[in-house]
This record gives sequence, structure tokens and C-alpha cells, in this order.
Amino acid sequence: MKRLKASMEWSKFIVLLVGLVAFVFPFILLIVNSFKENKAITASPLSLPGSFNLANYESAFTKMNYVSAFSNTVIITVLSVLLISVLAAMTAHFFVRNQSKFNQYTFFLMVAAMIIPFQAIMIPLVKVYGNLHLLDNKWSLIYMYLGFGSPLAVFIYHGFVKSIPAELEEAAMIDGCTRTQTFFRIVFPVLAPTSVTIAILNVLWIWNDFLLPSLVLTSSEQRTLPLSTFYFYGTYTVDYGPLMAGLLLTILPILIVYLFAQKFIIQGVMQGSIK
Amino acid sequence: MISEKGLWSRLRLRLLFTGPTLFAFATVMIVPFLYGIYLTFTNWDGISTTSTMVGFENYAYVLKDAVFWKSFYLTLKYVIISVALVNVVAFLLAYFLSSGLKGQSFFRAGFFIPNLVGGIVLGFVWQFIFSNVLVSIGQKTGIAVFGTSWLADPDKAFFALIIVTVWQYAGYMMVIYVAGLMNVPKDIMEAASIDGATAFRKLRTMILPLMVPSFIVCVFLSLQRTFMVYDLNLTLTKGGPFKSTEMVSMHVYEKAFLSRDYGVGQAEALVLFLLVAGITLLQVYFSKKLEVEA
Repeated sequence: MKRLKASMEWSKFIVLLVGLVAFVFPFILLIVNSFKENKAITASPLSLPGSFNLANYESAFTKMNYVSAFSNTVIITVLSVLLISVLAAMTAHFFVRNQSKFNQYTFFLMVAAMIIPFQAIMIPLVKVYGNLHLLDNKWSLIYMYLGFGSPLAVFIYHGFVKSIPAELEEAAMIDGCTRTQTFFRIVFPVLAPTSVTIAILNVLWIWNDFLLPSLVLTSSEQRTLPLSTFYFYGTYTVDYGPLMAGLLLTILPILIVYLFAQKFIIQGVMQGSIK
Repeated sequence: MISEKGLWSRLRLRLLFTGPTLFAFATVMIVPFLYGIYLTFTNWDGISTTSTMVGFENYAYVLKDAVFWKSFYLTLKYVIISVALVNVVAFLLAYFLSSGLKGQSFFRAGFFIPNLVGGIVLGFVWQFIFSNVLVSIGQKTGIAVFGTSWLADPDKAFFALIIVTVWQYAGYMMVIYVAGLMNVPKDIMEAASIDGATAFRKLRTMILPLMVPSFIVCVFLSLQRTFMVYDLNLTLTKGGPFKSTEMVSMHVYEKAFLSRDYGVGQAEALVLFLLVAGITLLQVYFSKKLEVEA
């Protein structure tokens, strides 16, 4: 019986391992082919590279304008995520502690708006912001991410602020803190685990987003990584080598982050799903 | 709660705490949404500064637009198949990866990887696999299914989209199911084991009913994401061959920004919103009825 159980465990392990290898196989293919020449890629995409050739990377690096695309993506992602986390926490806190009819309706409106797909907003969005000459500008894009990202963030924070005892804040205020000080010194630090969750969900979304930046950022200097990958691929379709390298360069930053923060990211996604 | 005295200081506090988010939310989501409803009654072409009111003409056009409905039915088919597959695969993975297997957190981390990468990149990677790697395998081994590119055949291109979708989302939903499985109370599971329940029986009569909240969340999330699929559609198949895989989101985009028919495009977007909202609300309503208390 015991031996049967152990061999069951082993077969389960092996099935899962095979599944995992099949799952990450596309990425392995990408790595392998990014070191090969075009001819070798089309002739036998599965074979290992003959030599360790970095030419594809050099070419992709310059053609994608990698440095500029990377820094644009970092600036946009970091600022949007910071703004969403801090401002949404403040809003959720205010909603929980000042329960007026107006606040309840506003909160309900935000939650209800989460069901609106981006596609139902994109056309008027481009028209309104185009008329105001606010397109092709990363600051507008960051502002839009705040608008699109705050409903979910406020919703998640709202649930967690409710679990903070109000006495904690009252004590701080009796000791002379203003509401703002109480929020930043007491409430926001207590909410740190939730902030991590919100930051993770938003980084995954904003870093990889394509449709919104493609509508907002029109000039090539403003492009983010997904945009520059898209235009690069459109222009150099036959050049497989540099393409593989380019795709890998796009994935690499987030893969490296994942390697180190993998536990938090998985936990963040878990937390985000439990209301 | 201690509250501030005076109207002015209360207003200032409100503006400070809720002003930025509510202003951004209103100007980015609510105003465009309402303005979008107005746009559906005009014939704006995207360039001219004036546009005339055309009443319900755009909606009449949408109802008759065979291409829109074709892409809608295609999307519906795609959504149903992929939501079902994503959730079955994700649940099985979660079930096997929370049974105390050695290295299970390593496995979880591995299956999650596709979610780190955006649809644009995934589409390109899989385009290479379907049109080069598989074709090369097919030619070398003589397996007929892989002989020609899947992306050149309408039916196979559709299934290519589904395969990539399942591959992309299964890991994400798996994580949510793992969270749900961890919330299944240990004591009643043990009690069931002592009473001699088999693994399958425990799964059917205890775990699945207790997991309904996780199913609601996952089906809701996968419905939302698959209905609105755009990046993957754009880079994997470009809607081809011959527009046979053009999903509704791509159709709306093309109508508005490429054919410069903003009024019709927006009307289609709103019709789409109403249909999706209806479907997701129904889904949540009916699955809430299935929930049980542990």
C-alpha cells in the first residue's frame, strides 16, 4: 500500500514535470533561436545554436530603440502604480470612515464601472483627449491609468480598511495627529500587504498593456516596450534572429523581477482574488 | 470617529482624500462613456470638426452589419470553449498542486510564467511556433496535421487562438483555485477520510461545492478577458486568414480607427458592452445561487 502510494506520487510528479516543460517550451525555443542566424532558424528551429552569437541582440537593441522604450515603460509603470496605490488607499479610507449616502453611491458607481470594457470607452477617449491636445504624452497616459486602475484598487482597499479598528486611528488623533498624518503614519503602513497586492496586479497589467498606449502614444520616441516590439515586428518580419532576441529582451525585465519576487507575486494574485 | 469641525476643513479633507481618484475616474471613464453614448447618434468621421445627428441610424446599421455579428458569434464560440478549457485545466493543476506534492510551489511558479508576458509578445512567439516550428516538425516527421501552417487554415487558426489562450490564462486561474482549495476546512476533509470517503467522492461532494466562490471569480475573470481579446488576436492571426478569426474587439477597432466610421464603431462598442454586461451579470447571479456555507 505504501509503495503503491509512493509510486503514485512519483507518476504524478513526472506528469506535472512533463506538463511544465511543455508549458515553458515556447520560452526555451525563444532563447535557443535568439542566438542563431536566420537560415539556421528557418531550416531547423529546434536545433541548438552552433555558436553563442550576440549579433541578434545588438541588432534588436538598436532597431527597437530599446533604451528609450525601456525607460518609457519603467517611468509609466512605476508612476502609475505609485499613484494608484497611494491615492486609491486614501479614497477607500475616506469612504469607509465617512459613510455618507454620497460616498456610498460614489463607491457603488466605481465598482459598477469595472464592468465597462475598455473598448466601449476608447473611441470617445481618443476624441476628447485629442481635442484637448493631451495625446502623445506619457503624463496623460499615467493619468489615464490612474482613472482606469482606481476602481479595482479602491474596491480591494475598501475591504481591508474595514478590518482596521477605528480605535487605532482615534488614539492617533487624540495624540494630536491630523487626519492626513493618521493616514500616512498609521493606516497606510498597516495596509502594506494590500498595497503589495495592488502594485503587483497593476504592474502586470500596465507593463504589458498594448491597446491604450497604442492609442495615446503616437510618436516613436514615446513608445513603450510592447509598442516598440509591435512596430519592430511589423517592419522586420523576415528577420527571425533579431526578432527572437527582441521578444526576449521585452520579456527579460519582468522575468528577472519574477525570479526574485515570485513568492510575493503569486501571493499577490491570490490575495487579489479573495474579496 | 473624530471628525473635523467646519465646512471648509471637511471639504478640504474630502478633496485631498478622494479628489484625485474621483476626478481621474470621472474624466477617464465616466465622461468618455457618456460622451460615447452621444457619439453613437452622430456620423462623425474622425477628422471633421462638425458632425450631424443621425438618430438611430448607426444602431440600425449595427443590427444589419453581418460582419459585426459574424465576429460576435465567433467571439462567443471562442469565449465558451476557452473559458471552459482554461478553468478545467486550471482547476486540475491547482488540485494536483495543493495535495502536498514535493516542489509544488516551484510548479506553481512555473505554470504562472505566461501571465508575466503581454498578449503582443505571446502572439508573436506562438506565431513563430505555429508557422515555423510545427511546420518544420511536420515536414521532417511526416505528421500531416503539422504539414502546413495552422494559421493559414481558418478552423485551425481558431483553435490556435484557443490553445494559446488556455496556455496563457490557466496558470493565473490556477493560482486563484489554489487559494480557494487552501480555504477548504481541513477538519471536515479529515472527518470525511475517517468515514472512508474516496478522493473522488471528497472532490465531488465536498471540494467542488465549497469551491463555488473561486469558480465565480475565475469564470468572471476569464469571461472578461476572453471577450475583449485584442492583442493576441492582432499578433497571432491578424484576424486572418480572410478575416476568419477577426474577434469582435478587433472589428470595433477597425470600424472606428481604420474605416473612420466612429459613430458605427462606438455603437458597436456599446452593443458589445451591453451584451457582455448582461452575460457576466447572469453568470454571477446564477453561480451565487450555487454557493454553500462550509
